[in-house]
Order: sequence, then structure tokens, then C-alpha cells
Amino acid sequence: MANQKLFISSHAPFWHNGTSLSSRSYNVMLAALPAVVMGIGQYGAAALGVISLSISCAMLWELLLNKAMGRPVSIGDGNAAVIGLLFAMLLPATAPWWTVLIGTFLAIVVGKQIYGGMGSNPFHPSLVAFAIVMLSWKAIVNFDAALVNYDLGFSMVYPLGAVKHFGASAAANYNSYDLLMGMQSGGIGATFGLGLILGGLYLILRGIIRWEISLSFIVGIVITAQLFHVSDPDQYAGAVFHLLTGYTLIGAFFLATEDSSSPVNVIPMVLYGACAGVLTILIRNIGFFVDGVVFAILMMNVANPLLDKIRPKAVGGGIEHA
Amino acid sequence: MIKRSFFSLGKPGLKYLSITDPGVAVKDISLPGEVRLLVKDCDVGAINLKVGAPVKTGQKVVLTDDPGCYVISTVTGTVSGVSAYAGYLNQSYASISIDVSGEDQLDEATLAGLEAPTFEAARDYLTSLPGKPDFLSFLKLDPPVNTVVITCVDQDLLVSTHRQAVLLDVDGLIEGIEYLKQVSRIGRVMIAAPSSLVPLVSKAGVDVKEVCDTYPNSLCGMIAKDVLGADYMPAKSFEQMGIGFISAEAVIGLARIFGSAEIPVEKLITVIGKDNVPVMVKARIGTPAGDVLAAVGITASSGDRVVFGGPMSGTSIYSLDMPVLADTDAIMVQDQSQVVLSQDCQCVNCGECVRACPVKVPVNMLVRVLASGFYEEAAEMYDLHACIECGLCNYVCVARIPIFHHIMLGKHEVARIKNAEGSNG
Repeated sequence: MANQKLFISSHAPFWHNGTSLSSRSYNVMLAALPAVVMGIGQYGAAALGVISLSISCAMLWELLLNKAMGRPVSIGDGNAAVIGLLFAMLLPATAPWWTVLIGTFLAIVVGKQIYGGMGSNPFHPSLVAFAIVMLSWKAIVNFDAALVNYDLGFSMVYPLGAVKHFGASAAANYNSYDLLMGMQSGGIGATFGLGLILGGLYLILRGIIRWEISLSFIVGIVITAQLFHVSDPDQYAGAVFHLLTGYTLIGAFFLATEDSSSPVNVIPMVLYGACAGVLTILIRNIGFFVDGVVFAILMMNVANPLLDKIRPKAVGGGIEHA
Repeated sequence: MIKRSFFSLGKPGLKYLSITDPGVAVKDISLPGEVRLLVKDCDVGAINLKVGAPVKTGQKVVLTDDPGCYVISTVTGTVSGVSAYAGYLNQSYASISIDVSGEDQLDEATLAGLEAPTFEAARDYLTSLPGKPDFLSFLKLDPPVNTVVITCVDQDLLVSTHRQAVLLDVDGLIEGIEYLKQVSRIGRVMIAAPSSLVPLVSKAGVDVKEVCDTYPNSLCGMIAKDVLGADYMPAKSFEQMGIGFISAEAVIGLARIFGSAEIPVEKLITVIGKDNVPVMVKARIGTPAGDVLAAVGITASSGDRVVFGGPMSGTSIYSLDMPVLADTDAIMVQDQSQVVLSQDCQCVNCGECVRACPVKVPVNMLVRVLASGFYEEAAEMYDLHACIECGLCNYVCVARIPIFHHIMLGKHEVARIKNAEGSNG
């Protein structure tokens, strides 16, 4: 046996289509780049600081948790970096460093690792963190207050806030093209609608996110917003306004589509996306909060395992006692 | 290795290698110095075969007191050793080594036993015919097997053994069908063939089922699903559903035995090198894989992977001494740079497997349940038995989880638990 060749022995299949978790994460980050670059362009070094700190803190928390739990180091899969990036994209550029530090802790530890790491998280980790930050330190994510010192050449009044407090007439101050091109106040990476749409389309075409979720989310928002608008045009803004403001587009392409917390079968995906869209508008129009995307998606994350029970029957049943 | 395309929305869409050229060169592998024959489910301790006993080509060597436990020698020589061998999923085999000496001498007793195409002749002599037909299952009476499907398709990508066998001897196939009817006593014979072979095999005058050219449509499970329709119940075996499968190569073998009084002892094999280019060879059953690879100039070094079968559903072997078996359709060598290792990751619920699955198994849930060891729950709630074992879920898995391995282990464990419970009485 001394000169026996040692072959690699494993179970079939012996081919793989070459996809990996890390390439998936890096593609998400690549797709987020247009919106992120726009945010950095608008808010300068402050935005860059928040994003860099958020990504690095998220990766550090992940590394610490890996070490503490004696698990293999998993920062290489890029998932922690994506969580950090998405969290930063939701924040205003003025978010203080400790918010980012605590927020990434909440995202990585409370949102992901305590459930068992990537794939086991029932909620989108960035949203868990953002929801806690939003409820705990309201002033930090109040964009009107946070961005008061910026003058970027367009109205720095947060569009959803304006509509919430002054009625649909406030929507007339914003033109759709400007909103699409990022001429609005908001999160660092959440305002450049066109960039988010391009990134989302890239991810859909690459097969990394599911178009069913993104599309049904948008359709849910458009239909519900339009129904509200038709019922009371003075109080409720129109569908296009809701589509291009707040976290709608980042939610549709980057938040609702997270693998672990979203369904995999077609009907559940459509229900999940559409319900999240409807909930978003309900919260925005008749709820307490200015933007509803965060809570709407978190709510639907909870429903995900139940929704995914709606699945096609396997061919021939497959069940023994059938 | 076929990588995922840059833009991708749908299923993997892996196509079988298309073959149309009937004049393909088949390389004959010369007789090795020693052959090894594996006999399944044979208790090595009960074997009363003596080392040094002379055997002839085609000779039926009964190994134990059970007349059903026999091996057909594929060479002329002397028995040089008997040992135990444990294969895939702990299947136990007896391994009989035979030193090859000189010219082939055909065994007269076997020739005499194979004069008439009867079920008894098949049962007593033909269970290790190249292509490994399962004649014993065809005899099952409750419920009876009423349909035999001749598979003129290959079970895996890059493999073209059975289609080449048809191209090389389509007359043999047509002649063999008559003998198959007599041997199996089953009236309904069908042929499953790819579109390129349909005009050729239609001459046989039996029903022809066209098989689509994307993987995994050629797998027996997929064909059974098509043929049986609503009667298809994957939790049962094919025989229990009343359907049997036999490869085209085995049917051609029947024609050679009963038509021209030959004893087929050679297996047609697709050898797939590191460049994924297939070569057809013909080797004596029992020839070590190393001899076959050497004859076609393929070197397998440490760190490479050597596979019996194709890239999706084959079995990797750990030694080049592993002999060619009656059902070895292909030998594949994969360079170490092509080897993609499984990872210790959890399912991330991306859903690629669910979309790739041809039989709609909820693989994302199944793999979690299996990884946690809840095998019976997997069978009862997550369609474990619906799996047709194509390996596509594993092929597309982003987390590179060994899903196929989990599934096969799960099926094995469920069967074991059932057997253990059955013996409780």
C-alpha cells in the first residue's frame, strides 16, 4: 500500500456549477455600489465613514463570535460585510460611531449568530438592527433632524415625513425624476432609485435574488398606495411617490430578498412580497411610523416559514403512507 | 465541468452528449494478468471455492451451498483468492480473483445451459451479463411486472455506452427483444430512446418512448414516471410498481447468447479523461480500472478523483485495483483542479435546489431535517422517497452542501430502520 495513489473520494455529483456563498455576497455588494457611491458623493466623508465603519464592525463582530463559539471563521463568505453595508445604507450620513458599533452588534449577534449563523436567521439581520436602533434612538434616524446641516441643492425635507405631516399636497414639492435620481434626503444608500433599480436588475438577471419577491413587493406597494390615493387624494400621496421614496426600492431589491428570511416557492414568494408591500403602505398611511418598509419586511419574515408550507406536491407524492 | 452561465434565471439545463456517428472506434483493452469478480450479498465465510481451482471462460462457479450464489468466470485461468469487499452504502460483496492463463476456452456446460431462451437459463447463468439485467425481479408475481423498458439511453452526462451499443448493433437489439420476451415472459416491452435513435429502434416494432436530451430525463425514475403516469409511486421499487428496466447492452447480449451461441464477457465502457473527452473501450469484466486507464493513456495521480459512472451520479473509487463490473458504464478521471469540495455550511435557503429538482422535492427543508438526523420525518413529511437521485440539487447548491450524500444516507437509514422494525415481528 506504500505506493498507493491517494484519490479524492466523495459522494456524487462530481460537478458543481461554480456558484459559492462568497460570490453571491460580493455580487450583492457590487449591485449596491451605484447607490452607495451616490450617497458618498452627496454626503462626502461622513457617509464613507459610516459605511466603512459599519462593514468593518460587522466583520469584526462576526470574527469575534466565530472565535467565541469555536466555529470556523466565516467572514470570508462576505455575508457579514453585506449585512454591515446594508445597515449603513439605511442610516443617515450623520449617524454617530457608537450607533454603528451597536447596530452592527445587533445585526450580527442578535440578528444572525444567536440563531446559528448564516442561513438560520429568521429575520434580515440588518433590519433587526435598524428596527432596534430606530425605536431606541429616534433622533438619529429622523432624517429631517439628522441632515439639517446639509444643503445639497434640493429640498432636504424627508419626503415621507412631509407627506405624513402635511398631506398629499407636500408630494407636489418633489418631482419624480429628481426622486429617481437621488435628489431627496434619506439613508446613505437608499435614495438613489435608479442605482437601486439597476443593482436589483443585475441581481435578478444573475439569479441571486428572485424577481417574484421584488416585483410582487413593488406591485403590492403600487396597488395599495394607489387605492389610498384614489380614496382620499388630499391626504394620501400617489403610487409613484411611494415607490421612489423612503426605503421602498432598497427594500424591494436588497432587504425583502434576503435568502434565509424569504420563501423559496413561487406562490409563497409572491404572497410574501405582496403582503410586505401592502403592509408598508398601511404603516406609512395609517400607522405611526413615517416609513413602513422595515417593519413590513420584518413582519413578513416571521410569516416566511408558514408561507413556505404552500408548496407543490412532489411527483408521485413520495410520502410513504399516502 | 459546466459552469453556471453569467445570466441565469431558470434550471441548469444540462444536455447529454449527442452522438450520431455509428462508426465510432471502440478500443479493445487487452486481457489483464488477473481479474476480480464481485458477487453481491454473498457470505465470504460460506464460500467453499478452493484457491487454485481452474476455471474456464463462461464457467458458472457456484460459491456456496446456495445455488443462486454464483459467478460466471469471464476468463480462463485459476482462482487466486477470495476476499470480502464492502461497497457503496455498505453493500457487501465477495471478491473472487482469477489469474488469467493463456487462451480463452469456452465452458461447455454453460453453452449447453444457454441453448434455449428460458427464464431458468437466465436465472441460472445471466445475472452478471454485461449491462447487469435484473431477471430475478422480473419474476415477481405480486403484483406482476407487466412492462419491461429497454433503456437505449445513458444514465449520466458524458456517458454514451448504451447509445453506442445500439448504434454498433441495432440488429442485435431487435433480435434480442424476442429473446427478452421469451426469457422474461412479460408481454409488454418498450424502448426508451433519445430522439436521434428513435428512427433506428422503431424497426423493432415495439412501443418507443422518446427521452428528452436534458439531464435527468434518462434516469429510470423519470422514465417510470412518464410510462406509469398516475400509477407512479416513488416510495415503491420499480418491480412493485410493475415495471422493469433492462439496458440495451444486456438485450444485445441476449441476442449474442441465444442467436450465435456466444458468451458475452466484455463490457462496453465510456472512458472520460481529464479533458472531458469520452473514448469508447471494450474491456473484460473484472479488468482493473488502472489497466483500462493505462490502455487509453490517462494517468490518474494522487489528489485526482476516479469515478465509476458519470459526473452526476457515479461512485468515486479509492483504488485503481477496482475491477470493471457488469454495470460499469463509464470510468471518469477528474483532475484535482476540477474537484469542488463540499463545505460545512448550513442551508441558506436560496431555493436553487428547489427550482432545479425535477420531481419538486422541498430540498431546502429536506436537507435540514436530514442533517439533523430525522430520517423518518424526512420520509414522512419532506418527500425523501420522491427523490430520483439525479444530484442536480447538489450541483447547484450555493453553500456546497453534500445534499445528495445526505439524501442517500437518509434513504439507507430509513430502509435499515424499517428492516429492524420488521424483524421485531
